[in-house]
Amino acid sequence: MSTTTPPSNTRAGGTDAPGNPDVSGVDLELVDVLKRYPGQKKPAVDGLSLHIPAGEIVMFVGPSGCGKTTSLKMINRLIEPTSGTISIGGEDVRGRNVDQLRRHVGYVIQGGSLFPHLTVAQNISVVPRLLKWDSRRTSERVDELLELVSLDPAKYRDRYPRELSGGQQQRVGVARGLAADPPVILMDEPFGAVDPITRQRLQDELLSIQEELRKTIVCVTHDIDEAVKLGDRILILQEGAQIAQYDTPEAILAAPANAFVEDFVGAGSTLKQLSLSRVSDVELVHPTTATVGERVAEVRARAEANGDQAVVVLDERRRPVDWMWLRELAAADTVRPVRDDVLTLDRRATLNDALDMMLTSTHGAAIVTGRRDEYLGVVNFTAVTGHIQATEQQLAEGRAADATAGRDDAWEGGGA
Amino acid sequence: MSRTDTTRPVAVPAGDAPRSADTETAPRRSRWAVSGESRILLLVLPVVVALVFGAWAWWRATADLDSIEARQLAWGLILDLIWQHVKLTLVATFFVLLVAIPLGIALTRPRFKRAAPLAVGIANAGQAAPAIGLIVLLAMLLGFTFGTAVLALTLYAVLPVLRNTITGLQGIDPTLVEAGRGIGMSGAGVLFRVELPLAVPVIMTGVRTALVLLVGTATLATFVNAGGLGTLIVTGITLFRYPVLVSGALLVALLALLVDWAGRVLERVARPKGI
Ligand SMILES: Nc1ncnc2c1ncn2[C@@H]1O[C@H](COP(=O)(O)OP(=O)(O)OP(=O)(O)O)[C@@H](O)[C@H]1O
Ligand SMILES: [Mg+2]
Repeated sequence: MSTTTPPSNTRAGGTDAPGNPDVSGVDLELVDVLKRYPGQKKPAVDGLSLHIPAGEIVMFVGPSGCGKTTSLKMINRLIEPTSGTISIGGEDVRGRNVDQLRRHVGYVIQGGSLFPHLTVAQNISVVPRLLKWDSRRTSERVDELLELVSLDPAKYRDRYPRELSGGQQQRVGVARGLAADPPVILMDEPFGAVDPITRQRLQDELLSIQEELRKTIVCVTHDIDEAVKLGDRILILQEGAQIAQYDTPEAILAAPANAFVEDFVGAGSTLKQLSLSRVSDVELVHPTTATVGERVAEVRARAEANGDQAVVVLDERRRPVDWMWLRELAAADTVRPVRDDVLTLDRRATLNDALDMMLTSTHGAAIVTGRRDEYLGVVNFTAVTGHIQATEQQLAEGRAADATAGRDDAWEGGGA
Repeated sequence: MSRTDTTRPVAVPAGDAPRSADTETAPRRSRWAVSGESRILLLVLPVVVALVFGAWAWWRATADLDSIEARQLAWGLILDLIWQHVKLTLVATFFVLLVAIPLGIALTRPRFKRAAPLAVGIANAGQAAPAIGLIVLLAMLLGFTFGTAVLALTLYAVLPVLRNTITGLQGIDPTLVEAGRGIGMSGAGVLFRVELPLAVPVIMTGVRTALVLLVGTATLATFVNAGGLGTLIVTGITLFRYPVLVSGALLVALLALLVDWAGRVLERVARPKGI
């Protein structure tokens, strides 16, 4: 069986040819990998061949029991293949001592699986210690990683896992996987155990981490929306880890390879497009803003001039802290937030996420933030519907072009 | 002899149920923040033991004893017997740990897993056999010595520690073990840095049970000339000196309570923070 190499990626800012200096990941190659569990007639993984390019996120999806976890665990040899070869960066995984191998392959599992008797810092430093890093380097690394996963080191370093929320535990789990800066990271349903809003945050964070690190990430999920959102490529598997389709999310949504994929991806492909488009793809609106401590009279005048009923309140670093109705402002002389947490949306969030948040917001819209939680604007229903319509039109044109010029991979969902 | 419950379910951590607010944080809890019942045990028990012992000492000092009683209850002799008793208990406990913990570890490794029920069965038989029979039988084979008494006591008390070591290790969330292996810890690394620390609370409960069992059973050591507080009881019976008999029984009971208390303190101290 020959190795499946999908057409080159069209997302995430384009040029990711191997050898790109920014990419810290390495290639992964599976050739004819077969796993037969003892006492079972049919192999759980039946001859999987796959090339995973350096620096990309590849999502494994498929129905329960199709062999996703088995395939993933064969990469770090938690499960030994019955036959076939797997290589990381061109090196056969069996050529190395198994513990040594695993210290250079990050592993993140559902819920974080933190050791409950070790503090956050000790959990993260397990691998650096195994690699005999000195304690200063290790503790610097711990703080760096905690910052990376948006946890304040001073506050969380010495906590025990049970003193963290589910989402925080999962963040620490990701930090532990990244600890020794491995080129390849394996994740098995990493965000399966947290609520939808936390999951969305964690996904956004993973994307922003990946933007910086460019690792090779293999991530198992059973959530096609998650796959579309996170994946540079998606591997859709059928029973026995048979490849149903391996391609970019755009290509899979635009042209499912067969009935199985179509079924799995689900109807309503326009709705799925919502998972493909980012909030940053749509036009944001800019309602009146106010800064904490500003005089209410001035803010009110500005809002009335703009015809706004509510103002977005920012702190001195332009981070949103509240979204207040004008009547809520009346009480005081200067602007003071009344709620203690305001829900915001990262610019990397999908339109799907945005719709979720807009539906629960009393403003019928959602605040969008960028780097370091800085305020960018507000996304509303009009913007999203406009984007969907533009996308529909593009798709229709694409199909027309397909009919004449074969398949078209260039669809990008960036129509705004 | 009654057995305390040694098969308490293990607190299996991680795999937490989804929680809603991401910012929410579980409260910090100190390991000394114990439930009402065990706090009472921890604080009140030593006081009770001290009071009862004080009362006994006062009785001993003021009571009108005949010469045999006075000789049997001489302070020097009493302290000797207590010391012998404690020594028997501690030495036997040491051997119990030496046998039961490694055995328990071995019996939870994949290779020997299948032998676990058999080993627990044998240990069960060891405990079910009448202790007096075991001691006397061994003495007839090996001689009437301190060593024989220790051997018999060890055989007798292996079970709770063995069983709890196995239960404790089996109760650990297998995904934690896999996580450990998955990030590159060796098998031994996972055993010593993950499995054993997490099993400590359960193992310690077994150790406490063994300690209490041993204090009680060490009374029988007197039958093989190994001394201990049992001597007072036997003397009391054979010479019809009830003050001696009751003093012996009382001192054993106090010692057992004290050892149980020490075991509880040890359990708390040994329990890793965070679980
Ligand atoms: N240790 C094992 N022993 C025997 N069979 C196994 C073992 N692990 C998995 N299997 C079988 O192999 C097949 C693939 O399992 P695998 O865990 O890889 O599925 P999966 O795609 O990860 O499923 P899910 O989405 O439910 O996690 C299943 O049919 C499963 O029953
Ligand atoms: Mg799985």
